[in-house]
Amino acid sequence: MTAPLHEPTAEAAPNAAEEAAVAGAEEAKQAVQGRSLGRIAWERLKRDKLALTGGIVVLVLIAIALLAPVITGLVGQDPETRHEDLIDPLFGTPTGSLGGISGDHLFGVEPVSGRDIFARIVYGAQISLLVGFLSAIVAVILGTVLGILAGFFGGWVDSFISRVMDGLLAFPQLLFIIALVSVMPNSMLGLEGTSVRVFVMILVIGFFGWPYVGRVVRGQTLSLREREYVEAARSLGAGRFYILFKELLPNLVAPIIVYTTMMIPTNILTEAALSFLGVGVKPPTASWGQMLSSAIDYYDSDPMYMVIPGVAIFITVLAFNLFGDGVRDALDPKGSR
Amino acid sequence: MSEKPKDTAVTNPAQSQGAATLTKDPAPGETLLKVTGLQKHFPIRKGLLQRQVGAVRAVDGLDFEVRAGETLGVVGESGCGKSTMGRLITRLLEPTAGTVEFEGKDITHLNVSGMRPLRRDVQMIFQDPYSSLNPRHTIGTIIGAPFKLQGVTPEGGVKKEVQRLLSVVGLNPEHYNRYPHEFSGGQRQRIGIARALALNPKLVVADEPVSALDVSIQAQVVNLLDDLQQELGLTYVIIAHDLSVVRHVSDRIAVMYLGKIVELADRDSLYKAPMHPYTKALMSAVPIPDPARRGAKSERILLQGDVPSPIAPPSGCRFHTRCWKATQICKTTEPPMLELKPGQRVACHHPENAEDQAPQDTVLLSAAKEAGELVPDAVLAESAQTSQAVANETAAAKKPAVAEETAAENPAVAKETAASEESAEDK
Ligand SMILES: Nc1ncnc2c1ncn2[C@@H]1O[C@H](COP(=O)(O)OP(=O)(O)OP(=O)(O)O)[C@@H](O)[C@H]1O
Ligand code: SF4
Ligand SMILES: [Mg+2]
Repeated sequence: MTAPLHEPTAEAAPNAAEEAAVAGAEEAKQAVQGRSLGRIAWERLKRDKLALTGGIVVLVLIAIALLAPVITGLVGQDPETRHEDLIDPLFGTPTGSLGGISGDHLFGVEPVSGRDIFARIVYGAQISLLVGFLSAIVAVILGTVLGILAGFFGGWVDSFISRVMDGLLAFPQLLFIIALVSVMPNSMLGLEGTSVRVFVMILVIGFFGWPYVGRVVRGQTLSLREREYVEAARSLGAGRFYILFKELLPNLVAPIIVYTTMMIPTNILTEAALSFLGVGVKPPTASWGQMLSSAIDYYDSDPMYMVIPGVAIFITVLAFNLFGDGVRDALDPKGSR
Repeated sequence: MSEKPKDTAVTNPAQSQGAATLTKDPAPGETLLKVTGLQKHFPIRKGLLQRQVGAVRAVDGLDFEVRAGETLGVVGESGCGKSTMGRLITRLLEPTAGTVEFEGKDITHLNVSGMRPLRRDVQMIFQDPYSSLNPRHTIGTIIGAPFKLQGVTPEGGVKKEVQRLLSVVGLNPEHYNRYPHEFSGGQRQRIGIARALALNPKLVVADEPVSALDVSIQAQVVNLLDDLQQELGLTYVIIAHDLSVVRHVSDRIAVMYLGKIVELADRDSLYKAPMHPYTKALMSAVPIPDPARRGAKSERILLQGDVPSPIAPPSGCRFHTRCWKATQICKTTEPPMLELKPGQRVACHHPENAEDQAPQDTVLLSAAKEAGELVPDAVLAESAQTSQAVANETAAAKKPAVAEETAAENPAVAKETAASEESAEDK
């Protein structure tokens, strides 16, 4: 029309320049196929050596837990057989140096009972990872659903859910869990002994964990809900479900994954603490926390008994945390591409 | 979506104009959208019981219409309710009061499903090209969403149509599978435009479509909007916070201040002879493209103080706290919106370039005197003379020669004053 806004430029030329600039920033082979944020995150994660190491350790731990019977079978041991011949009858500690480490017993044997520590560590990984993973899943499912409800619908739904989260976060959860798990019956819902305790631990740890996830998801939902692409979808006639599942949820996946990976090590520690305090898994079933607890009595006569489960817990938690940090950095949209 | 007529499923809406909608296209110049007494108050809630303690009167009584084929520019300072107005007429927000009529149909309180068929006719382009595209969707998904949501299958399939739209807005159709983060701001805004055009709308509301872009890219996007209007016969409502963008594209311009329209006029009338003091102030802030006038720095009007809060807007004329012409009546009585010249409506008791609406009220408010100190003398002089000229013109309507003569003298006098003032400043 009349007065041009700025120097009129030919449409094509600067446009082509713009495109060239963008294209130049990427590898030429990806000229047409776009790189999704998930792909980019994976490529970034691959470059993060520390996170990758953590991830590999996590995978190894999972393999150990899954293959526990095979692994112990290979070394010819099992977690519950007593080797009282290897115990010094006077002190109750294993004969031989370093807690009885030998070719047969890679990590030595337990004082008094003489059970093989390697086999118990391997089986202990099952309990740790099972409780760690499943309770994180319980927490994430509850937290995601309730967090989205609160953030998306707002109003009294939000007020109610937020108050519940505040209440749970202020709750002395460990004390409550100890009280609850210690009064558990020995059989329940067709489960027996150890299974009941593991099941209850998963539910209770998960239940007290969801507000952490819920808070994050609620906050994210609140902020995503105001993005213009949500308005754009509404201006095209989208209903609530479309917006929730097609527009919001894909953007919540990243924070949910990050929170899950960060929550697993915390839950592993909680399980260890409960077993340490004697309300978790009961002997003869193996658990790292419970091994640590019985090792207390032998801290100077058989220090290896304490060191080995301690190191197992340490490595596991560290590996999960390194991996979780890496995932978070890789998914962080503000990080460099 | 099952109640849609069969033929829409096979029509390509972008090629067969209007076929996808149930109503007939209005002829150019006919009223497409009509807004009456439109209000939006956002409640402010406090305390445990969420009691309402007040309201942000973001939009507080708008009357205007948009004619088919035209571009209506809406300008005003930040926070004056422009975006709220845009979201009300596209029915992304529920109005507090007033009515919105589209093609004669009252759409004020239609719900999501009632609005759905109309969504094809009214589309929106958003301000922020970074938040208006979902980062998890490919461009194909984003531009294809309108078809999916409206249950329309364009001729040749969605993919082909998306690629066509990409080339219409000047992007490479092969970039179908790319993600928004792989594009620059200007390209993203083009993607947003392609999405808005997908269903071949009649009315497009663009909320500051270029303000988030580099200056060098702004012109391209504005030109694109302009070209598309000519090709597709679109009607635009373009929102901007200053006059430089709307000046280029608008046929008519509405100036908003604190939730109200203070002046609504044809572009040329508005630029030649702004009547509302606020319009005049806004215009003086625009860089002047005319090199002959570029030196006239001293004509810039600085407004006194900040925009008052829309929670408790000033009484009477909302501009009276910052206006250099405000008198008692401005404080007590809200000026009505009057058509003082064909095609120029203004709400002011003492307009510029027009007959004084309250000539008996001459005592300036003390605030006005302070405000006046920020207004260059040249402007004041010019304004006094034009008002005088208009008064003469009306008084001596039979002797137009005199008035013309006076009017012709004015610019010269104003320039002289400006020059002398500048030289005084130099010393
Ligand atoms: N959802 C909301 N809830 C409460 N107040 C709101 C809401 N949306 C806007 N407002 C208020 O309404 C007023 C007008 O806002 P609006 O966004 O329409 O202004 P604008 O003219 O578009 O400004 P800008 O140029 O900054 O985009 C502002 O005071 C703003 O704070
Ligand atoms: S002159 Fe009075 S009515 Fe006109 S803008 Fe100023 S304050 Fe408002
Ligand atoms: Mg705005």
